[in-house]
Amino acid sequence: MAYKDEKLNEEKVFKDPVHRYIHVRDRVIWDLIGTPEFQRLRRVKQLGTSYLTFHGAEHSRFNHSLGVYEIVRRIIENFKDRPHWDDEERLLCLSAALLHDLGHGPFSHSFEKVFKLDHEDFTRKIILGNTSVNHVLSRVDKGFPQKVADVINKTYENKLVVSLISSQIDADRMDYLQRDAYFTGVSYGHFDMERILRVMRPMEDQVVVKESGMHAVEDYIMSRYQMYWQVYFHPVTRSAEVILTKILHRAKELYESNYTFSLEPVHFRSFFSGEVDLDDYLKLDESITMYYFQIWKEEEDPILRDLCNRFVDRHLFKYVEFNPNQQMSEWMELHQLFQKAGIDPDYYLVVDSSSDLPYDFYRPGEDGERLPIHLLMPNEELKELSRQSDIVEAISGKKRTDHKLYFPRDLVEGLSNRSKTKKRILEILYG
Amino acid sequence: MLTDHAKLVTFFSQCEEVIGRKKLQKMIYILKKCGYPFEERYQFHFYGPYSEELTLRVEELCNLGFLQETREKKSGYHQYRYELTGDGEEFLEHYNLEIPPMTELIEQMNGYSSRFLELVSTMMYFDTFPKDEMLEKVKTVKSSLNYTDEEIQEASDFIDKIKQ
Repeated sequence: MAYKDEKLNEEKVFKDPVHRYIHVRDRVIWDLIGTPEFQRLRRVKQLGTSYLTFHGAEHSRFNHSLGVYEIVRRIIENFKDRPHWDDEERLLCLSAALLHDLGHGPFSHSFEKVFKLDHEDFTRKIILGNTSVNHVLSRVDKGFPQKVADVINKTYENKLVVSLISSQIDADRMDYLQRDAYFTGVSYGHFDMERILRVMRPMEDQVVVKESGMHAVEDYIMSRYQMYWQVYFHPVTRSAEVILTKILHRAKELYESNYTFSLEPVHFRSFFSGEVDLDDYLKLDESITMYYFQIWKEEEDPILRDLCNRFVDRHLFKYVEFNPNQQMSEWMELHQLFQKAGIDPDYYLVVDSSSDLPYDFYRPGEDGERLPIHLLMPNEELKELSRQSDIVEAISGKKRTDHKLYFPRDLVEGLSNRSKTKKRILEILYG
Repeated sequence: MLTDHAKLVTFFSQCEEVIGRKKLQKMIYILKKCGYPFEERYQFHFYGPYSEELTLRVEELCNLGFLQETREKKSGYHQYRYELTGDGEEFLEHYNLEIPPMTELIEQMNGYSSRFLELVSTMMYFDTFPKDEMLEKVKTVKSSLNYTDEEIQEASDFIDKIKQ
C-alpha cells in the first residue's frame, strides 16, 4: 500500500479539552506528530505573554495545531461526495492544518518584531528543508512538501483547500477562539462550532456557509470581537509584551556594543547578528529564552537586569490612555523629563498601538481588500455576511483602535519628593 | 514613538490621494519591495499580498485625524479615498525620517489600475523563483483574473523599471 494511503492498525486518539478527542488514523499524520520539529511546539506557548494576565493561558502551539487538524478532519468528512470537493486533497489539507504554525518561535510576536523575522518563512523552511518533517512529507510524494508549503502560504492553486486553513472563517480561528477561551477561563469565545461545521459547504475557490447557519456565524464573529478586546488586546498582556520587546532590544544593543555577558548568549548569537539559520531557530524555544532571562536578572547592565526582573517576576509597567494627536507635545515633554530623571525613555516610555498586535477583525471585503464570509442563499446566490446580518454590520463599522502609554510607575515614584521633574511627570500622566 | 505610523504619513504626504484600499495595499507592498522602509508585514491572500497591520494602522491614522477617509459609492460596491489632513502634516513635523523621496514612483503607480498593481505585486511576491516558474505561479494563483500576455509583459517591464 502506498505510504499516503497507509492507515494505523488502530485509531489513535489524543484527549483534548476543547474537542474531547483528536482522532488520528493516517500513518503520515501520526509520523508528522512524532517529528522533533512538531514536538518542539509543546515548548512554544499559544498566547505568548498572556499567561501573565490569565494564569491558565499556558497552552501550547502543539495543542492548537492538533485542534486545527481535528477541525479540518471533521470538515472534510462532511464534504465527502459534495460538488467542488476533491477527496484527493484530503491528506494535503490534514497535513497543512497540522503544520500551519510549525515556524512559530518563542514569544514569536516580539521576536519577529525585534529581529525582523517571519514565522511563515520558517514554516516554509522547516517543510522544505532537511528536517524530519520534510522526510515524512517526501515519502508521500516528491512534490508533496511543496504543496503543503503552498497551502500554508496561501499560494496553492486550489483556493478551497487554502480557505479551510486560512480565511475569515477557518479551522485555525475556530480552534484558537475556543481553546484560548477555555484556557484563559473567560466566558467569551464560545460559539456553536458543531452547527457551523454542519452548514459549511465547499464551493469553487472558497468555503461558504448555508444561510440557515447565519446565526451560528454571527455568534462566531461576536466571540471573535469580544476575545480581541478582552483577551488578545488586554492592556496588562501588552505591558508584558512591551517589556519583553525591550529586553530583546537591550540584549541586542549590548551584543552589538561588544558587552561581555555573564553567560555567553550562544542561543541568541545568530538572532543578534541577523543571520538566523534553521538549526539555530529550532533550538531556541521558550524554556531556553526564560533561562537566559533568569540569568540576565543578575546581569551587570542595569537596564537589562531591571527589565528581566520585571518580566520574570511580573513587575510590569503601568499604563495610561494616550492620544497621539492631542498629546504629542506632552509626550515630547515626558521624553525629556524621563531623560532628566535618569530613566532612559528609549526603554521606559513606550506607546503601544492596537496595530502592533497580531490579530485581525472581521472585514467585509469592501473594495476588494480581503475575501469576506459568504452565505449561500436558498436560490444558490452568495451574499456577504454583513449585508445580511445587522449584528455583524454593526461591529464591522466600529472604531477598533487603541493607543496606550506604558511606563514604570515605581521608578517615577522612587524619585525624590522634592523633585520638580517627578511632580511634572505625574501631572502629565495622571492630570 | 509611532515611527511606523509616521512612515505611512510620509507616504501620504508625498501623494495627493490614494483611491481604493486594495490599491493602497499594493502600493505600499511595491514600495516595500523596492527597499522603502515600511514595516508592515504582508501575507499572500485572495487578492495578492495583503497586510492586516497596514489596514489597522491606516484605520488608526484615520481615527487620530491624520488621514481623511471618504467612502464613495461605485457601481455595486464602495470605494475609499485617502488624503492627508492638516493634523497629519503637523504630526509629521515631529519626525525627521530619512526616507528617500517616493513621489515619482507613487505617481506612476497611481496612474495604474488596482488590477494591474495586483499583478505587479503578485509577481514581486514570487520574485525569488526563476522567471518562468514565477510566471507560471502567477498564472496559477491569479487564474480567475485572466491576465493577458500583454498585461504580464507590461507588469514585467514596470518592475524592471522601478527596480533600477
